[in-house]
Amino acid sequence: MDFFRPVSLAEALELKAAHPECTPIAGGTDLMVELNFDKKRPETIIDLTACSELQEWSRDNGTVRVGAGVPYSRIIAELATDLPGLAIASRTVGSPQIRNRGTLGGNLGTASPAGDGIPPLVAVGASVELASTSGTRSMPVTEFITGVKENALRGEELITAINVPGSRGPQQFSKIGTRNAMVIAVATFSVALDLEARSVGTALGSCSPRPLRASDAEAFIADEIDWDGRTPLPESAAARFGELVADAARPIDDVRGTAAYRKHALKIMAKRTLTWTWEEART
Amino acid sequence: MRINLRVNGEQSAVDDVWEGESLLHVLRERMALPGSKNACEQGECGSCSVYLDGALVCACLVLAAQAEGREVVTVEGLATDHDDLHPVQQAFLEAGAVQCGFCTPGLIVATHELLSRRPDPSESEVREALAGNLCRCTGYEKILDAVALAGRRMAAGGAG
Repeated sequence: MDFFRPVSLAEALELKAAHPECTPIAGGTDLMVELNFDKKRPETIIDLTACSELQEWSRDNGTVRVGAGVPYSRIIAELATDLPGLAIASRTVGSPQIRNRGTLGGNLGTASPAGDGIPPLVAVGASVELASTSGTRSMPVTEFITGVKENALRGEELITAINVPGSRGPQQFSKIGTRNAMVIAVATFSVALDLEARSVGTALGSCSPRPLRASDAEAFIADEIDWDGRTPLPESAAARFGELVADAARPIDDVRGTAAYRKHALKIMAKRTLTWTWEEART
Repeated sequence: MRINLRVNGEQSAVDDVWEGESLLHVLRERMALPGSKNACEQGECGSCSVYLDGALVCACLVLAAQAEGREVVTVEGLATDHDDLHPVQQAFLEAGAVQCGFCTPGLIVATHELLSRRPDPSESEVREALAGNLCRCTGYEKILDAVALAGRRMAAGGAG
């Protein structure tokens, strides 16, 4: 096994170009499990934790550019105002130890349907920045993830950042699991109100092979909400929103839960989180 | 490969480390520091909790080579005098928070980290901070007692 530890992004990209088959490591919370259990023996590992460019975030024109190597604990501590939905979701990741190491770049690289960091990105239309020695390209998270643990990353590329539109209204995230910590999600739901565009963004997690938005639910509720008067949301509208979200899901039966349970959970989580966000918008 | 790192205040060079080896393995098997326990090897149990550059992490999920040039503090490095116990360790003993003892080092490091940034945590803050550490004897009530006792003592004595 070869090990490289580039100290700059430029050096990391040179190495990735020379070793396109190599496996990058950042927080290690996924890869180390595979190494410890002898499930993976990469020929080459590139450690990205010494590339300071990947550990930074910045604001630009209403968008927050989150470096792929920023751990969840820093997203929680530093970005809860700019990206409230992502911060709430980050608080549900693993445990304090995992949140100190795990990164959004890793979540996208692994591309598990149960990745907690992904729905809040999808709900606001975030995009992934991919770099190689020949340049940088960007694509929506929904396009980047192509299947269960599959993504559009090319061999010579690294995930360098995620561009997330800054919050334009209340956001929420809800997750179902067997306990509060150290849980792989049975189902998750993200909702983001855009009070300027008068639209509602949604995303379902752990309920389909690829990240999914509930477009019908989004269109329905944007019409139902009294954006000008800010009157309370009728119970029936919130309930219908929940049903439309559940209809959009494409879940499976697996060890963590049945498809029917996932749909039921989504219906409740969608109704609940929508009500929370609208109540926040009204006050 | 050779790895240079600082462990419990001492600069060390460790030779013949395999590139795919965890920091936990290096600490336990190559540096004679068996305090950090090896249990789940997947970050679930917290028994291998250590500080890496001041952050609480699972040593089983850190590639040893990633610790090059970094500072590691293990449970062995918490007490200032080698023969003494840290107030957190003393509190775990006195409160009966140690049953089989396997989870204890990880819980002590996690408690140390919590109390160093939050000297007087609420019970829900304690539960949240220790959520990544499992006790298979399920002795959680005594562990919560120990954290409260350590917090009171450290606040009174100013020990960290």
